[in-house]
Amino acid sequence: MKIHEYQGKEIFRKYGVPTPRGIACFSTEEAVAAAKQLGGKVWVVKAQIHAGGRGKGGGVKVAKSLDEVKKLSSSILGMQLKTHQTGPQGQKVRRLLIEEGADIRKELYLGMVVDRGTQKVVLMASTEGGMDIEEVAAKTPQKIFKVFIDPADGLTDADAGEVAASLGLPESSRAIFQAVYKCFLDTDASLVEINPLILTGNGQVVALDAKLNFDDNALFRHPDIVALRDLDEEDPLEIEASKHDLNYISLDGQIGCMVNGAGLAMATMDTIKLFGGSPANFLDVGGGATAEKVTAAFKIMLSNPKVKAILVNIFGGIMKCDTIATGVVAAARETRLSVPLVVRMKGTNEDLGKKILKDSGLPIISADNMADAAKKIVAAIAKKKAKKKAKKK
Amino acid sequence: MSILIDKNTRVVTQGITGKTGQFHTQTSRAYANGKACYVAGVNPKKAGEDFEGIPIFGSVKEAKARTAVNVSVIYVPPPFAADAIWEAVEADLDLVICITEGIPVRDMVFVRDRMRREGRRTKLVGPNCPGVITPGEIKIGIMPGHIHKKGRVGVVSRSGTLTYEAVGQLTELGIGQSTAVGIGGDPVNGLKHIDVMKMFNDDPGTDAVIMIGEIGGSDEEDAARWVKKHMKKPVVGFIAGVTAPPGKRMGHAGAIISGGKGTAQEKLAVMEECGIKVTRNPAEMGRTLKSILKPR
Repeated sequence: MKIHEYQGKEIFRKYGVPTPRGIACFSTEEAVAAAKQLGGKVWVVKAQIHAGGRGKGGGVKVAKSLDEVKKLSSSILGMQLKTHQTGPQGQKVRRLLIEEGADIRKELYLGMVVDRGTQKVVLMASTEGGMDIEEVAAKTPQKIFKVFIDPADGLTDADAGEVAASLGLPESSRAIFQAVYKCFLDTDASLVEINPLILTGNGQVVALDAKLNFDDNALFRHPDIVALRDLDEEDPLEIEASKHDLNYISLDGQIGCMVNGAGLAMATMDTIKLFGGSPANFLDVGGGATAEKVTAAFKIMLSNPKVKAILVNIFGGIMKCDTIATGVVAAARETRLSVPLVVRMKGTNEDLGKKILKDSGLPIISADNMADAAKKIVAAIAKKKAKKKAKKK
Repeated sequence: MSILIDKNTRVVTQGITGKTGQFHTQTSRAYANGKACYVAGVNPKKAGEDFEGIPIFGSVKEAKARTAVNVSVIYVPPPFAADAIWEAVEADLDLVICITEGIPVRDMVFVRDRMRREGRRTKLVGPNCPGVITPGEIKIGIMPGHIHKKGRVGVVSRSGTLTYEAVGQLTELGIGQSTAVGIGGDPVNGLKHIDVMKMFNDDPGTDAVIMIGEIGGSDEEDAARWVKKHMKKPVVGFIAGVTAPPGKRMGHAGAIISGGKGTAQEKLAVMEECGIKVTRNPAEMGRTLKSILKPR
């Protein structure tokens, strides 16, 4: 789960990680009032969306008067902010963070993630703050200092001291790194990124940004974090899917696919691509797919206007093919399915499942294996297109 | 022959009284030597009772002392699963297979660290995995037993149904399996591809291996590099997620391309470079394996 920068900074403050003073706002009036309340002569107006790269996209601006705060706030609020992480359609800005201006002497980078290889939390620090850290990692990996934190010992004074030294910061900044680690662990974070972490003109170390992601599996023990969820930042179809316990992710293609199992779902998408089609989504119906669940899955796939056909790929193990077939027939009827449907079923009660599909009288195309299914669905789309063209003539 | 488990394995089920635990204990017990293999269950609140004749004990330690179990399978709900793993490790079992999906990563980081730090010999498979099966002998987990066939091809995979897909293709071609191991889809887990590959290499009952991976991490690359240097047997590979967008978690907690790392293309390239016969068509996993098998 992701949260906004201002929410991340509120969490940081609880752990004693220094941040600039700032106020979250939902309107231009609130933004001006916030700037007045903060005082000073320089403010930063920051768009609050979950995607990164906001600065480059024009979502972060410096204001040197209250008038400017007003002008910038009204132009940023409501804009479709496009960054390398939002996709070409961008993300609508609904919230702002008004912050006091900072006197930046040095821009640094600090990040933490769980390293899969060592199975430890890794702290990454770099003097190349403000830059895209992935680029730094690719071009100048020697500029990233890493500490693999021993879970039993935590981030030791010695290690924290080395991090400080690598960044050219005073030893007193050790406590900040240790606070960030404590925050990472306590909140079950999957990523903490401060880019930039700055050294101010008067020698303070401050988190000028805060990016926190959390482990979805651990949210059950953090109701306070769940409360920070902003549904406006999420794909409405993905939200709808999660209500039905379906694992759904929107993609750009034309072929909706419903599969049981995450690995098989990915493999099905890949097969569609291999035979010249393009998947419209990832959808794992999970182990216990009832007729209601399958119907919900069909409705979600079909509410994507790009979907021109549906492919169902089920490997029946515990889940029986006849159960799925009954679900598919019910879903096709209820949604009055008008796009081609290819079903590939394998495993437990396969023949019974195929019979149910056939006896339904619906124009369901049956396939023997994944490749066959992909070929048939690509052909079905082409055929429909040709028909449409012929009609037009 | 096989790896990890065989007909002599004795299993304790942690979480035997839950709905999932009950169901899969029944199907596992009905498979091959299951009746003899499933000898104990654990639930501190129901110690002294039994599940369809399988005695329930208060702890893994007690179950081991009373029934000589050497392997545990875990169906305990996610908030308690890491503790269940540790309980089995502390009881000094040979192997723990954790089926549970949705365990917090932090819990896994701590239990894995403790296992290493204390030099524990217990092996862990999973979590978030279908389990392990040695066809014709024993099934531990949630996979459908009937699609398997006893034989000499090893299968190792991060995904459940995709493993069934590979196994199903092999069986259809008349090729049996020595052991199929689902190592699970979580970012922090027990045995990795490379560990299982080493076991298959040493197993006289395995002639070839299908390795199935997916986006995220670099386990497949590590295994591939080891294969290039040490593997005496042919390996066929498939990676799911060529079409997966970066930064999105594709169902499995570990299936995510982050920071441009862990893409399917990258993995496939390394695997090919290391002499693994790669197919990009998952419908061809079985046939690809068949094409490299030497006639015996």
